[in-house]
Amino acid sequence: MASSDIQIAEHALQHHFADMEQQQETSTFGMWMFLLTEIMFFGGLFCAYLVYRSSYYQAFVEGSQKMNIWLGATNTAVLICSSLTMALGVRAAQTGKSRLMVVLLLITILFGLGFLGIKAVEYHEHWTSHEFPGPNFHFETGDPAHPATDPQHTEIYFSLYWAMTGLHALHMVVGVILVSWIVIAGLGGAFTPSYFTPVEIVGLYWHFVDLVWIYLFPLLYLISKKHGG
Amino acid sequence: MATAVQTVERENYLNSNYGIKSWLFTTDHKRIAMLYLVSITFMFWIGGFFAMLIRLELLTPAGDLVSSDTYNKLFSMHGIIMVFFFLIPSVPAVIGNFVIPLMVGAKDLAFPRVNLLSWYLYMAGAITALVSMVTGGVDTGWTFYTPFSTTYSNTHVIGVAIGIFITGFSSILTGLNFIVTIHRMRAPGMTWRRLPLFCWSNYAAALIMVLGTPVIAITLLLVALERAFNIGIFNPQLGGDPLLFQHLFWFYSHPAVYIMILPGMGVISEIVTCFSRKRVFGYEFVALASIAIAVLGFLVWAHHMFVAGISVYAALVFSLLSYLVAIPSAVKVFNWTATMYKGSIRYETPMLYAFGFIGLFTIGGLTGVFLASLGLDVHVHDTYFVIAHFHYVMVGGMVMAYMAGLHFWWPKITGRLYPEAWAKLSALLVFVGFNTTFFPQFILGYMGMPRRYHAYPPEFQVLNVLSTAGASILAVGYVLPMIYFLWSLRYGELSPPNPWNAVGLEWMTASPPPTHNFDETPVVTWEAYDYEHQPQEEVSVGQ
Repeated sequence: MASSDIQIAEHALQHHFADMEQQQETSTFGMWMFLLTEIMFFGGLFCAYLVYRSSYYQAFVEGSQKMNIWLGATNTAVLICSSLTMALGVRAAQTGKSRLMVVLLLITILFGLGFLGIKAVEYHEHWTSHEFPGPNFHFETGDPAHPATDPQHTEIYFSLYWAMTGLHALHMVVGVILVSWIVIAGLGGAFTPSYFTPVEIVGLYWHFVDLVWIYLFPLLYLISKKHGG
Repeated sequence: MATAVQTVERENYLNSNYGIKSWLFTTDHKRIAMLYLVSITFMFWIGGFFAMLIRLELLTPAGDLVSSDTYNKLFSMHGIIMVFFFLIPSVPAVIGNFVIPLMVGAKDLAFPRVNLLSWYLYMAGAITALVSMVTGGVDTGWTFYTPFSTTYSNTHVIGVAIGIFITGFSSILTGLNFIVTIHRMRAPGMTWRRLPLFCWSNYAAALIMVLGTPVIAITLLLVALERAFNIGIFNPQLGGDPLLFQHLFWFYSHPAVYIMILPGMGVISEIVTCFSRKRVFGYEFVALASIAIAVLGFLVWAHHMFVAGISVYAALVFSLLSYLVAIPSAVKVFNWTATMYKGSIRYETPMLYAFGFIGLFTIGGLTGVFLASLGLDVHVHDTYFVIAHFHYVMVGGMVMAYMAGLHFWWPKITGRLYPEAWAKLSALLVFVGFNTTFFPQFILGYMGMPRRYHAYPPEFQVLNVLSTAGASILAVGYVLPMIYFLWSLRYGELSPPNPWNAVGLEWMTASPPPTHNFDETPVVTWEAYDYEHQPQEEVSVGQ
């Protein structure tokens, strides 16, 4: 058992690293750097959100009234659970429980697909109610007491909503593909306690994508329960 | 060092295997650097061709060679190609890719396959942009200002923006690879304080690539979305704010200026110390100045927007912060000068280019301080003064440094020496041609000639003719190295491992290096740039 472990480890060691420890630390560090890039990538959108929310607060409240808070909250719960199964999966890989890792990651994939399914339902609702920016956009202010809000400003809210959640959903799709790849490799016995770096860095990516949603949900869904803030 | 002359060609990265596949699927950082060298040289000539047409049009006051629409496309495509497809990858992706692993004593960059992916992304982006340019062009300027780019321009904005978007990821991956390599792949004994300054400055530039590039990526994505779906984020008619675009654009594009100068500064640090035979003066200050420039560079972007309608208090703060960048830049210039003081200076081609860099960068940098001051900026904003300023930094600075670095490491890269006399002539032509081209533009701008017009009043003609004449000399200065570098590949004298008698790990392996860089992992026991303790009898060749 131990000697086959070492053989697999030697096989997994790329030629330009001195040992497995250096390779593992390097790969993980690289993933953290990549996540830094991702933060800045989403950061541009968050910055635009901040600017327009402060300029057109009322119109943003009107827009967020159209969100289905229950679906959004369910999705938040689904993602938090998927993060848990992902973390347990990485732990299972670390301790050499290959079969358990595969099961946990399959559950993670299911949660991921569940999230995307619920998101698709929400997108469909918005699409059919003309809440997609562009020539077909149509929005009537929900509260006659505040007719001052400009539908065009709510359109900016929806532009940001589609761009931010769309970019996030795209990252979820990539995440599901990556986790599927780990599952397939795991079934082939690719990971051992001395070599599980790919599981770990895909896990990092998955947690990051979850974390983005943890910010998106309150910013887009929970601006204010009351009309007119 | 007689043993260094190779009689039997030993196995190296160039002859280890042959064929187009061995290049297109290589993960060797040295071969990927060569792929980049060929690609960006191609883009340089295309960008240069556009520049030539611009200068020809400006030979006469009347707009007679091209229409104003075509002229708009010419300067836009010149800027886009030169900035995104030549200058940003120039020193990092070619020279950095080649020498950083050698300098830190590693067998390769941390992620060799990611490195290859970055070249493919560069090519995909470049081809997308070129196809969009050939089929219709783009006329927004390299800055893509909204709402012109999103609503009014009838050119292929989306195609070019997507090209830049894709290439941006190539730049991110290169930066990521450099940071991780410098952190994790250093040979035993290669501490941060012994790290060559070229690595320090590329590390600083890589930080900007990783942190800044995603912001321009998302910004260009929003421009494309706005053009395609009219989502209104930057459109004032729909409540959007065009200034937000400028903020997001310059948040990357001002630090990008430091992506285009920091790696060049690293080249100059290596060359000045080598050709003065002296340790770099104030090593720690030069190293940390790179980091300071990278950090401060993120805090100055709105100095591009002084006349765009930002608040006067914001403008004051950004003006002050912009002045601060002058401090670490000046630290570098003074330390290079102090390094040369009482050194045994050798006037060979890389050093000639380095002299050019120091002088021209100083002019470019100081005129940058002029532009950072609010009153003067209002006067010269959008004039040829700005054009001259940033060409002094980008061409007089970065392209000079790139040429310096190519000459310096050419023997290491190819195992051949280039013809020194021709190279000195080309360095001279570049210096003279550059100044003749761009110095008149300072005067033109100060007199009020605006940028981005194909016609101008007749009283500006003399200086414009001078500028165009200079551009012709500059072109000859760039064509010459192209010819003798290619010539040297076949006919150049074989280079010993260390033709300049330089210190640094890259000079301790063969020229060209073997695929794994070092036969044994080096162990570093000496300080960086220890020229004082180096034996002097190792006389360089090529004199």
